[in-house]
Formats: sequence, C-alpha cells, structure tokens
Amino acid sequence: MTTVVDRQDLAIDVSGMTKRFGAHTVVDHIGLQVRRGEIYGFLGPNGSGKTTFIRMLCGLLRADEGSGTCLGHDVIRQSDAIKAAVGYMTQRFSFYEDLSIEENLDFVARMFGIPDRRAAVARSLERLGLAGRREQLAGQLSGGWKQRLALAACLIHQPRLLLLDEPTAGVDPKARREFWEQIHELAAEGLTFLITTHYMDEAERCHRLAYISYGKLLANGTVSDVIQQARLTTWSVSGPHLHQLAVELRRQPAVQQAVAFGDRLHVSGADPVALETALAAFRTGPYVWHRVDTGLEDVFIHLMEQSSDKFAS
Amino acid sequence: MKISVPFALSRFWAIVVKEFIQMRRDRITFGMMIGVPLIQLVLFGFAINADPKHLPTAVLLADYGAQGRTLLQAIRNSTYFEFVREVTTEQEAEEVLSRGEAQFVINIPPNFSRDLLRGERPAILVEADATDPAATSNAVSSLRVLMAKALQHDLRGPLEPLAGSQDPIELRVHARYNPEAITQYNIVPGLMGVVLTMTMVMITGLAITRERERGTMENLLSMPTKPFEVMIGKVLPYILVGYIQVILILLAAHFLFGVPVYGNIPMLFLAALIFIVANLAMGITFSTLAQNQLQAMQLSFFFFLPSLLLSGFMFPFRGMPQWAQSIGEMLPLTHFLRIVRGIMLKGNGVEEVVLQLWQIALFAVVVLVIGVKRYRQTLD
Repeated sequence: MTTVVDRQDLAIDVSGMTKRFGAHTVVDHIGLQVRRGEIYGFLGPNGSGKTTFIRMLCGLLRADEGSGTCLGHDVIRQSDAIKAAVGYMTQRFSFYEDLSIEENLDFVARMFGIPDRRAAVARSLERLGLAGRREQLAGQLSGGWKQRLALAACLIHQPRLLLLDEPTAGVDPKARREFWEQIHELAAEGLTFLITTHYMDEAERCHRLAYISYGKLLANGTVSDVIQQARLTTWSVSGPHLHQLAVELRRQPAVQQAVAFGDRLHVSGADPVALETALAAFRTGPYVWHRVDTGLEDVFIHLMEQSSDKFAS
Repeated sequence: MKISVPFALSRFWAIVVKEFIQMRRDRITFGMMIGVPLIQLVLFGFAINADPKHLPTAVLLADYGAQGRTLLQAIRNSTYFEFVREVTTEQEAEEVLSRGEAQFVINIPPNFSRDLLRGERPAILVEADATDPAATSNAVSSLRVLMAKALQHDLRGPLEPLAGSQDPIELRVHARYNPEAITQYNIVPGLMGVVLTMTMVMITGLAITRERERGTMENLLSMPTKPFEVMIGKVLPYILVGYIQVILILLAAHFLFGVPVYGNIPMLFLAALIFIVANLAMGITFSTLAQNQLQAMQLSFFFFLPSLLLSGFMFPFRGMPQWAQSIGEMLPLTHFLRIVRGIMLKGNGVEEVVLQLWQIALFAVVVLVIGVKRYRQTLD
C-alpha cells in the first residue's frame, strides 16, 4: 500500500495511535507516514476522529496508546519540542477577536520567542496580504480573512509542519482557491501539510490522502491509489425520475451504491460483470447509460457505507 | 398555524421546557441557586450577632483586696466579657490591644479596695478597642449598669452608706483608636479589602473561562507555554488595577471622610500586594473549576458572600459563634481588615502586621498550588 521510504524523510511517522473517551474509542490504532514537503489530505465523516488525531500529534491530547515521531521528536514525550516546530490551525477560529490582526500576530510571535519580532510580523502581514488591514479587529473580519489571519499566525514561527483542521470551512470559493495556491507554494518551499477537509476538489489537490471512519484508517495513498484500492466499477445514467430508478437499482445485489450527482446517477459495484448484467434490465426507454471512471467521491461514499455497516450496527 | 396569535401557549411552553433542560445541564449553576440561599440562611441566621458577647478581655489587676475580685467576677458574669489573659504592665496592656488579642483591658488600680472602703470613689479604667464602635458599645453600657449593682453585697452593715446616693466607683472608659465612635473610620478602611476581594476574584475568575468559552484556549495550549507563565501573565495586569483601587480608597478615606492615618502607608501597600495576590489566586483557581464565565461569576459570589459576612466587615467578628469565627479566620479578608484598620487607626507596626499577613500568604500559596494543579495543559 504505502511505499517504503527513508524514515529521515518523514515529517510524521506514527503508529498505533489510540484515544479513548470513556468506553468510546475515538481514534483506533491509526498509523500514518507523511513525507517532508508533502500535502497530505485527511478525510472522513464528521466525528470520525480526525481532529482528535491531530490534537494528539501536537500534544493537545494525551494518546492512550501509540508511538512515533513528529519532525523527529517523540510524539508522546516531547510535545513541547513539537509545539515549537509545528503550526496548528484549529477548526474553530481561535485568535483573539478583540485584538487587531497585528496585535494577534505580535502575541503569537512573542509566545514563540521569535527574534526580531517586528520584522517577522511585518513579513507575515505582507506575505498574506493583511498589511492593509493590520489595525482591523479580528472579530470584525469575514470568514476568508479570518482564515488568512489564522494561517499567517500559524506560519509566523516558521514551522516545518502545518496541521490544518478544516481550514476552508465556511470560506468562499475564490478565497478557497487562493488558499490552496498558497499551500502549494509553501509546500514547494519544503513545508509539510496535514489538512482535513470535506471537499472533494481539495482532496484531489493533495499529494496523498487518508480516509478514516469511526476512528479507523480505511484507505490511504495517492488519489489514484485510493480509487484503485476500492476496485469499483461505475456507470452513469441520466433520464427522468432518477430517484425512483435509484430505489430500484439498490435492490439489485450487484449494485453496491446508486448516488445522485446533479442530474445523473452514479451506480457502482465491485464485480464489473455482475453489475453489467444487473443493469441490462434497466437499459430501456429514456435512460442513457455510460461507463465512467470511478471518482474519489464514489469511493468515499463507498467507504463510508462500508464502515457504517461494519461498526455502526 | 398559530403564527399570528399574540400569545401562544405552545411557544411559551417551549421556552419554559428549554430553560429547564438547560438549567439541569448546568450543574454548578443549579447548585449555586440552591447553595447560595442556604449559605445566606446559615450565615445570617446563626453566625451574625449584632450584640456581641464573650468579648476577649485582658485584666490588669494591681489591687489585692476582696472588692476588686468581686467586681471582676461581676463583670465576667455579665457574659459580655471573657477574660482571656492577665497582664502585669501598662505596656503589655497596650500590646494586647494593638494586636487585637483583646477587645478590652480592665485596669483595677492599686489600693482599689482600700480606697473604696474609705469612700474615696476609686476609678477603674476600661480601655476598649473601639475601631469598630458596634462591637464595644453594648458591652460598655452594660458595664455602667453592672458597676452599681456589683458591690451591693459587699457594701452592707457599716459600709451601707457607700452604696447609697452616689456610685461608689468611678468608671473611666477609654475608647481607643476611634474615640468619637465614628462608623466611617471603621467602614472606609475595611472597604478597601471588600472592593479588592470583589473585583480581583471576579476579574481573574473570568480570565481563563473566557479563553475556554471563546475557543482561544485550544490555540493557547498548542503554543509552547507553561501553566505558570499563563497564570502569572494573567494575574499581573490586575495587580496594577488592584493598586489603583487601593489608592482611590485611600484618597477618599483621607479627603472625603477624614479618616486618620496613623501608620505607615508603604507597609499598607506591601500588605495589599499579598492580599491582592491571594484574591487573584482564588479567582484563577475558580476559573479552572468553572466551565464557563457564568459559573466563574457564581463561584466568586460564593466566595465573596462569606468574606463579606464573616470577616468582621459588616458585623463584629467577636460576636459570631466559634465555628463562624474559624471560617472567618481562613478568609484573607478577615486578616486584611485587621491589617488595614490596624495600620490606619492604631498605627500598628511591622510586628502586628506580620502576625496577620502570613496567614494571607499561606492562603495564597495553598490556593495557587490547587490552581496550578487543576490547570490542564491538554484538552483532556
């Protein structure tokens, strides 16, 4: 599944990471290897344990089990060293709303003991295009600008690894695109990213990704790796009353899922021959069928269905 | 369907049900709503006594006659006075009063009995610590009544005429430290302690819960910082605020109320520092216990109420039953009140101040240790 790489090249190299809250296992023996300079996407439904996993990486939560390194520091014992070298962007905006952009950055710079603080703050304002708004209070910023401020603050101590927890939630498409351009620019300079997201287009911009559900790692690799691993064959159908068609299709054993994508339906199954046979009965009347490449979203829906069958029942 | 109805029972009931659910979820708030009235009931009902009895009294007995002893016995029987120690010199009597060990010193001069029998109307001298006029006035007036009756048994037979027309003894009361019994002299310096307790505990109580409530705590914890740095960093700005309050009250005490200042002001500032730190430590510790700002507010009220009632600010400390006094002794405000009143009205020096100050310092250390232990460096 994963190619063997030199351990020195890994920014994150952990295994068996486990976190329990009471009787509930939120993260269940997850291992992850992220190479330096890589943009690693972390996907999974809400409550699947993504945030908990990230919090364990940067020492905000104590892992119940597991071991490994983050930037060469022991992930269990050296959380102070990790905190100093990692930038963590929380899911919820967590800077001071009653401080201005510049004051927030200045505060973070002091916390990390950055030499020549003023210059660092000025550089950071410039780089993320915040210079014109430096005196604006953080609480008055729109979603996109808040996210820029958060990114700037995460970067100010020149971390080597950034952990971004749903950085683009609630951000408009234009700001999202600009954000991702920024990420790729920074990755090209050698920065490593672990990013959680729910957006498929963002997942596809990652070098590699992992999918977790109910605290378990279900798939990882490049986008095409993940798609191939799923071994799904997918057909697309368009026509009238698709909803009714989907209900009927789902009754077929060979059809594992029938999912609406706009005005079309994606019908997927594991066995290509059995699927084609099952679909033959529906290739009538107004319906237009095409064989299509299985997409990332098809795979994720598949993984989600599978894991909920396995764990949720 | 009912949208246009001005008052819909179902909508009103929806709010009622929601409020009850939220009330049940917030345990601390619910506890406070029950706990605070209970505390008030106990404190006002049992602890507070506007007619304090058993006031600690020192005796300076220089007379060896029978009548002196009879008189002392009568004073003791009045239940207003409790003899806690015997002193032998004026100097010692002075110390006992300034340290607050005794509220009164009863001085029976040499040859009291002899002079009494000769009909020379000897004087007994009662020195009272009148910083709090309310605490001494009843006891002193009881003394006057008592004097006349006390010796009735002794003055019989040939001594009968002495008990007659005029009082056989002269009672001289020295109301020390606040001779005119001006209530403001007692209240205004005390107010310094009360204001500091109220604001310092509350402000810092909110400090950490605010970070948690607004989500900034997660960010703060993800940065390389130690609990002690966060705590001290949060406390320092408010020490300055506390000093501004101290200065304002001192100025008001002097210029507005004409309260005399006999003692050393720099010493007062030093004592105030330790007192402020103790209250800030309390607030910080509360904020590690509370889940949100509302709970932190309630916890600080929980602390403020006994401080106000049991410290001797509103009601005479000596008038409370022993258990209430024991609680009062644990509160920093109790000791700070003694320090402030001592410095301002009695002109107390280092020795008397240290006697109270170490207890405030101990409180601060204990509370701060609890706070630092409770402050978690993770989100667990």
